[in-house]
Amino acid sequence: MPETKTYKLPFLLLSILLIICFFANISLGSVSIPFKTIFESLTGTTDNYIIQAYRLPKAFTAILVGSGLGISGLLMQTLFRNPLAGPFVLGITSGASLGVALIIMGASVFGGVFATLLISKWSIVIAASLGSFLVLLIVLIVSAKVRDTMAILIIGLMFGSITAAIVSVLSYFSSAEQLQQYIFWGFGSLGNLSWQELGVFFIIYSFGILISILSIKGLNTLLLGENYAKSLGLNIKQSRLIIIIATSLLAGTITAFAGPIAFIGLAIPHLTRQIFNTANHKILLPAVFLFGAIIMLICDSIAQIPNSDYTLPINAITSLIGAPVVIWLLVRKRKMLF
Amino acid sequence: MENKNQHTILKTKNLTIGYTSKKEENTIATNINIVLKKGELIGLVGGNGIGKSTLLRTISQVQPKLSGSIFLNEKPLENYTNLDLAKSMSLVLTESISSKNLSVFELIALGRQPYTNWVGNLSNTDITIVNNAISQTNIEDLKHKKCFELSDGQLQKVMIARALAQDTDLIILDEPTTHLDMYHKVYILKLLQKLVKETGKTILFSSHEIDLAIQLCDTMIVMNKTEVTSNSPCLLIQQGTFSTLFPEDLISFDATTGTFRVKK
Repeated sequence: MPETKTYKLPFLLLSILLIICFFANISLGSVSIPFKTIFESLTGTTDNYIIQAYRLPKAFTAILVGSGLGISGLLMQTLFRNPLAGPFVLGITSGASLGVALIIMGASVFGGVFATLLISKWSIVIAASLGSFLVLLIVLIVSAKVRDTMAILIIGLMFGSITAAIVSVLSYFSSAEQLQQYIFWGFGSLGNLSWQELGVFFIIYSFGILISILSIKGLNTLLLGENYAKSLGLNIKQSRLIIIIATSLLAGTITAFAGPIAFIGLAIPHLTRQIFNTANHKILLPAVFLFGAIIMLICDSIAQIPNSDYTLPINAITSLIGAPVVIWLLVRKRKMLF
Repeated sequence: MENKNQHTILKTKNLTIGYTSKKEENTIATNINIVLKKGELIGLVGGNGIGKSTLLRTISQVQPKLSGSIFLNEKPLENYTNLDLAKSMSLVLTESISSKNLSVFELIALGRQPYTNWVGNLSNTDITIVNNAISQTNIEDLKHKKCFELSDGQLQKVMIARALAQDTDLIILDEPTTHLDMYHKVYILKLLQKLVKETGKTILFSSHEIDLAIQLCDTMIVMNKTEVTSNSPCLLIQQGTFSTLFPEDLISFDATTGTFRVKK
């Protein structure tokens, strides 16, 4: 008798589903492109500009964003022993928002040279990264001093409040145009990345994933609680730090490149647990990866509204599609497994 | 048969336990000299707030000692790394585990963490040890259940199995019988006694079940306000140690039956 289920079949089905969703995502868009052309441009026999310069990077971004947010949500839920935790409890998005708000809306304050830099996408990416890095740094310093993991959770939430307040003050003093630009960033976007940007994104993302994989054992030990984990030889402070760094790398870069994508990080681990009824991170981590990527691809396909010129904000779609699904699943199963 | 009563697992020398806050030292108990020998079941008893948990937490290096020394297998406790300690001492705590979505087997297998590779894969040896722990605690029928499906008594057995799977010389349990009914209290303590006999491990537990501990333990450690005494239950009864445990106004110790009686 197998001691732990390996979930081979669900993994196989999800992988196939991921491939289907990937192709569906590439096929659907404001311009309808025949399958033959899509296939040929993927294999490189014909060049199709829309596919190669726009839809492919967007699909890859969706995969990175969905899987990255899902995994960082999983890490946070285990670390904080809290099913409500997501990648953003550490105040990372708040930090990114603050950075972006400062560069968009603070321009009137700083004026001059800054204003000319603003339109560049890299400046927003850098501002978001700096913002989240700064908040992360403070959280790390605090977490090194605080014994109680729960305190870090609260401190992260407090940072969220502080940055939200600063953003409010900034928006009060900024023009309608700047405000609009900031709100548009807040909608989130998967489609704005060039291959070059995607490359940078992927490298940082890979580091985050690698660290997450390395902390699988520690995460499983943490399922028993911190005191038990310590009695099993786990260095709590060190593991906590590693898990926070992995989450920050993932959530930080994702927010920097794609904006604050709501909901995915919190919900994907729960959706995954409905199918993979286990707490073992060796199974959950790859499952969350697949699930996050699939859901994000689906949300993006819907946001495109196939064959129309409209694109809905991805941030709204993830919540609109995802939240009812989670409610439905929980009502049906009546149990929040954790 | 090895001469088991001569091998010392854990020894404390003039140990003082308590808490430090800022500059103040809050001493809870001082001058503790206890010896835990291999293959013994040791019960730690004492009134509420007397420092049983503090003593266990200090011995298991959850909190620092104030002064004195603790030797585990003749090596000072502070010289152990987390991982080495995890291979010599396992714990069953009063706190409940964070995730109840673990299966019983998975939970017990987590006891093998100090021995597994970077991703925590179980080797065949690990699986054999886990299965042994399961059969030693008679929980084969629970093996594939989830932890949220278990009763308190069942969960306690599972936690003991997990500690067994950690394969340590010493197992420390903090009040393993709280929340359990009379039958399960006896069941758990008898299980501990059986494990000591079968595996030759040393098991130290704290408990309020003084009469049960008297009947089952090889050695008892009695903590009262002034001192920490350790001896075999019979000798402790002869010395009248148990009478010093509680104020005399409500209950008194009956030396002939080894139980406490309510004063009428």
